[in-house]
Amino acid sequence: MTAEEKDVVIIGGGPAGLGAAVELYRKGIRNILIIEREKNLGGILRQCIHDGFGLNRFHQTLSGPEYAQRFIDQVEELHIPYLTNATVIHISADKTVMVASEKGILQYHARAIILAMGCRERTRGAISIPGTRPSGIYTAGVAQSYINLYNKMVGRKVVVLGSGDIGMIMARRLTLEGAEVKAVFEIQPYPSGLPRNIQQCLKDYDIPLFLNHTVTRIQGDSRLKAVTVAQVDDEMNPIPGTEKEYFCDTLILSVGLIPENELSLSAGVDLDSRTKGAVADENCQTNVEGVFAAGNVLHVHDLVDFVSAESERMADAVAQYIHNDSLEDCGLNIKTDRNIAYTVPQKISGKKDFVLSLRVKRPLKDCRINVTQNEKVKKTIKMRKALPANMIQLPIKKETLDSQTDLEVRVTC
Amino acid sequence: MEEQFDVLIIGAGVVGCAVAREMARYQLKTVVLEKEMDVAYGNSGRNTGMLHGGFTYQTNSLKAKCCVEGNQEFDHVARELDVPFRRSGKVVVGFDERDMASLKRYKAQGEANGVRGLEMIDKKRLHELDPSAGGEFAMYSPNSGIMDPIAYTIALAENAAANGAGFFFDECVTGIERIGDHYIVKTKRDVFRTRWVVNCAGLYSGVVSGMLGMDGYVIRGFKGEYIVLDKKAGEFIHMPVYPAPNEKGGFATHAVPTVDGNVLIGPDSYITEDFEDFSVTREHINGLIKDGSKMFHHVRRDYFIRNFAGIRAKRVDPKTGEVLDFVCEAREEAPNTINLVGIESPGLTSALPLARRAVRLMAEKEELTPNLHFNPVRKAAKRFNAMSFQDQDAMIQKDPDYGQVVCRCENVTKAEILAAIHNPLGTCTVMSVKNRTRATMGRCQGGYCEMRIAKMIEKERKLKETEILYNRKGSYMFTGRVRG
Repeated sequence: MTAEEKDVVIIGGGPAGLGAAVELYRKGIRNILIIEREKNLGGILRQCIHDGFGLNRFHQTLSGPEYAQRFIDQVEELHIPYLTNATVIHISADKTVMVASEKGILQYHARAIILAMGCRERTRGAISIPGTRPSGIYTAGVAQSYINLYNKMVGRKVVVLGSGDIGMIMARRLTLEGAEVKAVFEIQPYPSGLPRNIQQCLKDYDIPLFLNHTVTRIQGDSRLKAVTVAQVDDEMNPIPGTEKEYFCDTLILSVGLIPENELSLSAGVDLDSRTKGAVADENCQTNVEGVFAAGNVLHVHDLVDFVSAESERMADAVAQYIHNDSLEDCGLNIKTDRNIAYTVPQKISGKKDFVLSLRVKRPLKDCRINVTQNEKVKKTIKMRKALPANMIQLPIKKETLDSQTDLEVRVTC
Repeated sequence: MEEQFDVLIIGAGVVGCAVAREMARYQLKTVVLEKEMDVAYGNSGRNTGMLHGGFTYQTNSLKAKCCVEGNQEFDHVARELDVPFRRSGKVVVGFDERDMASLKRYKAQGEANGVRGLEMIDKKRLHELDPSAGGEFAMYSPNSGIMDPIAYTIALAENAAANGAGFFFDECVTGIERIGDHYIVKTKRDVFRTRWVVNCAGLYSGVVSGMLGMDGYVIRGFKGEYIVLDKKAGEFIHMPVYPAPNEKGGFATHAVPTVDGNVLIGPDSYITEDFEDFSVTREHINGLIKDGSKMFHHVRRDYFIRNFAGIRAKRVDPKTGEVLDFVCEAREEAPNTINLVGIESPGLTSALPLARRAVRLMAEKEELTPNLHFNPVRKAAKRFNAMSFQDQDAMIQKDPDYGQVVCRCENVTKAEILAAIHNPLGTCTVMSVKNRTRATMGRCQGGYCEMRIAKMIEKERKLKETEILYNRKGSYMFTGRVRG
C-alpha cells in the first residue's frame, strides 16, 4: 500500500467539511480531498427537511438539503475532489489517513488533516434510563432519518424525552405525519433547545413541555407499552409520589449531542471534557500540529450558519499553515468562571483576531459577559437574556490584546 | 402429520445448543425448540462471559466437576468452534481479615476441586497484574478466562446445525404427552413427535420437569443488573476483578473486561418472581456504581453505553431456600428423557461437560451409532475490525462489500451484515445481526447503522417494514410507511 500525498484531507462531507473545502480552494489550496462515508455529500443536513437554515448566512430560510446543496454545487463547480461511500478507519499523528472503500483500503498522507466528523446523539444507555428494552425507543436523529430518508414510520403514540432541537422538530414532524405526541419532558428547569423551536414545534401544535421531569421507567417486553414519568428535585432525583404513566409505543430521545472524536483520539488529539471536542486554538488547530477541527466535531453548534463560518475561518488558517508550514504559537489559555459552560478556542496567541464562541451554563438575565486580560475588560457584551441553548460569539481584535497573559471570561449579573 | 425426531431439546441456550452439538456426533435426528427468535436470548446472553476456574463450588458437586473439566478443555473448544476467548486470569480481591479467611477457604476448596495455579498475592503483585483493581490483597486464578457467551452459543448451534440438527424458533412448549414409546410435544404453533426429550429450559426447567412428570423442582430467579462501559474504559482493565465471596459463596458486583474490549460492571443479586423481567432499575444501577468502583477505579458515567439484566436459574430447596447443585438425570418415571435442571453459573463453562453427560445417560439406555460425517470444526465469519490493513484490502478485492463500513463504532462491514442476515440458523432480527457482528454494540448504540441494517433485513429477507423485528415476536420496529 502506498500513500497518496495530499495537502489537506478533510474527514466528513457535511457543512463543516464542505465549507472548509470551498474556502481552501479560494485560498489557492487545490490538492485537497473530502472523504465522506455516505453515498452523498451533505452530512446530517440531508435528513433535516424542515426549514430555518441559512437565515444568518443567506438571509433566507432554507431546508437542510437546500442549504447543503449551495455548498455541494460549489464543490462540483470548482471540481474539488471528494470520495463518497468511503469511511476513514484510522488517522495517525503523522497525518496518515486510512480509508475503507469498495476499491480497497486507500492510504493518504496529508500535510494537514481537517476533522469535520460532526457529532452523535447521546443514547438511552449513556443516561441509564431504567426499565425493559423493548423496540420503539429511538434517538431523535435516528427517527428523523427513518422518517425522512427511509420512508419508515416509527410509531403512533409518542413521548419525547429531552427538549433538544431535534427532539422538538421530531415532535412536530411526527404530529404532521399523524402520530399523537403526548408531551415533551425535560429534566432541566429550562429547555435545552432554541426558543424558536419551542414556539414553532411545540406551542403551535399544542404539545405540552414539562420541565423538571424525566422518564423513570420503560415498560414493555417486545414493543414499548408505556413510560413512567416523574418530577425531579434540584439534584435531578425523581420525587416519589409524582410518577405518572403515559401509554405510548414510541419514545424519542433528545438528550444531548456528543462530538464524534474517536478518530481524533487515534491521532493523539487531546479533548476538552466540557465540549467533548478537541482543545483548539484560534486557528482551530488541535494539540497535534497540522490537525484541525471545525463544526460539531469541535463543539456542538446551535445553527449550521455558524458551522459554515467557523469552517471558513479554520480553512483560512489551514491555508496559511500550508503556505508557511507553521502557525503562530498559541500559549495563552482562556479561563472561565462557573457561569460559562465552555469556550472555543481554549488557547490563543494574543496576536490574531479571533471569534470567541461560548455558552452559558444556565439561563441568565440582565448580565454582562466580560472578556478580561490582566483584570482589564477587553470586550464586553450586555445580554438581557443568555440561554444555554444559544451559542454566543464575540469577535475579538488583536489590537486589544497583549500576548503575555491568559484571557478570562466572566459573567456579572 | 407431525414430524418424527429421535431427540427433541427444549431451549436454545448454551446448554441446549451444547447438547444438540454433542448429539450430532451420533446418528440421531435432533431438533431444538426455542421460544424466542434466536439462541441465547435468556441467561446465556445475559451474563458476565466468564470461563470460571471452579473454586467456589462444593467439592465433588456436579458444578465443581463440570466447571473444572470445562475450564481445562476450553482452549481446544475455542479453537474448534472459532470463538473469541482469552485465558485472562482473574483476581478475587479482599480488604479485611474476613475476606482473607474467605479467600483461603476458597483456595483450599479450589485445590480440592482440581483447580490449578491458585495463588494468594499481595497488593504489590495485584497492582502489577491489574493497576485498575481495588483491594488490599487477592487470590489469583491464572486459568480463569473470558469469552463472548453469545458468540459461543451461536457457534455451538451452528456447529450442531452443520452436522444435521434442526433449530425451530418462536416455538414455546406448552405441553408434553407420552403416547406409547413416543412423546408428543406441543408448542403454541406446532406439534412435534420425538423418542427422546432433553430439558434444557433454563429458568423454566422446573416447569418442563413437571410437564415430563417429575414434580418438585423449584427454580428461583436470582436477578442481576449490569452496566456496559465503553472500550475506552477497557484500556484500563487487564482481567476480571471479583470481591471475596460472602458467607454463602455468592459474589457481589465485579468488574470484568469482555473479549471485545468493553468492561462489564455487575451483576448484583436479588430475587425476582417474574422470569421475563429483564428490566434495570435506578436503585440497582446506583448500587453497581458504588460497589463496582471498589473493584475498578474507572466507573464513570461518561463511559456508560448500555445496561442489561440477567436472571440466574438457581435450583433451591423449597423448604430452606438453600441453593442446590446442577441436576443432570435420566429418571425411570420419565423414560427417554434427560433432565437438566438448575443450570446457572458456572453453566457457560459447564455446557459441554453437561452435554456429554446427557449423551452418556442416553447411551446407557440405547446404543448410539456414531455419525461418521460429524465435523467438530466450525468457522466464524471473518471480522473486518480484527484484520490488518493489508488483510482488509485483500478481503475488499475479493468482495467489495467488505469496503462498506456500516457500523462505524465497531467497524462492521456490509459483507459481515449480509452474512449475519443469511446465518445458518435461519433467524433474522436486528438483535440477531447485532449478536453475530457487533454492529450497534458500540458507543453510538446503532445511531448510525441501525437504519442501514433494518433496510438490509427488509431487502434481503423480502419483508414488509412492519415485519422487521428488533428481537422478540411483537418487537416491531415500524408501524408502516410515511408515504405511499
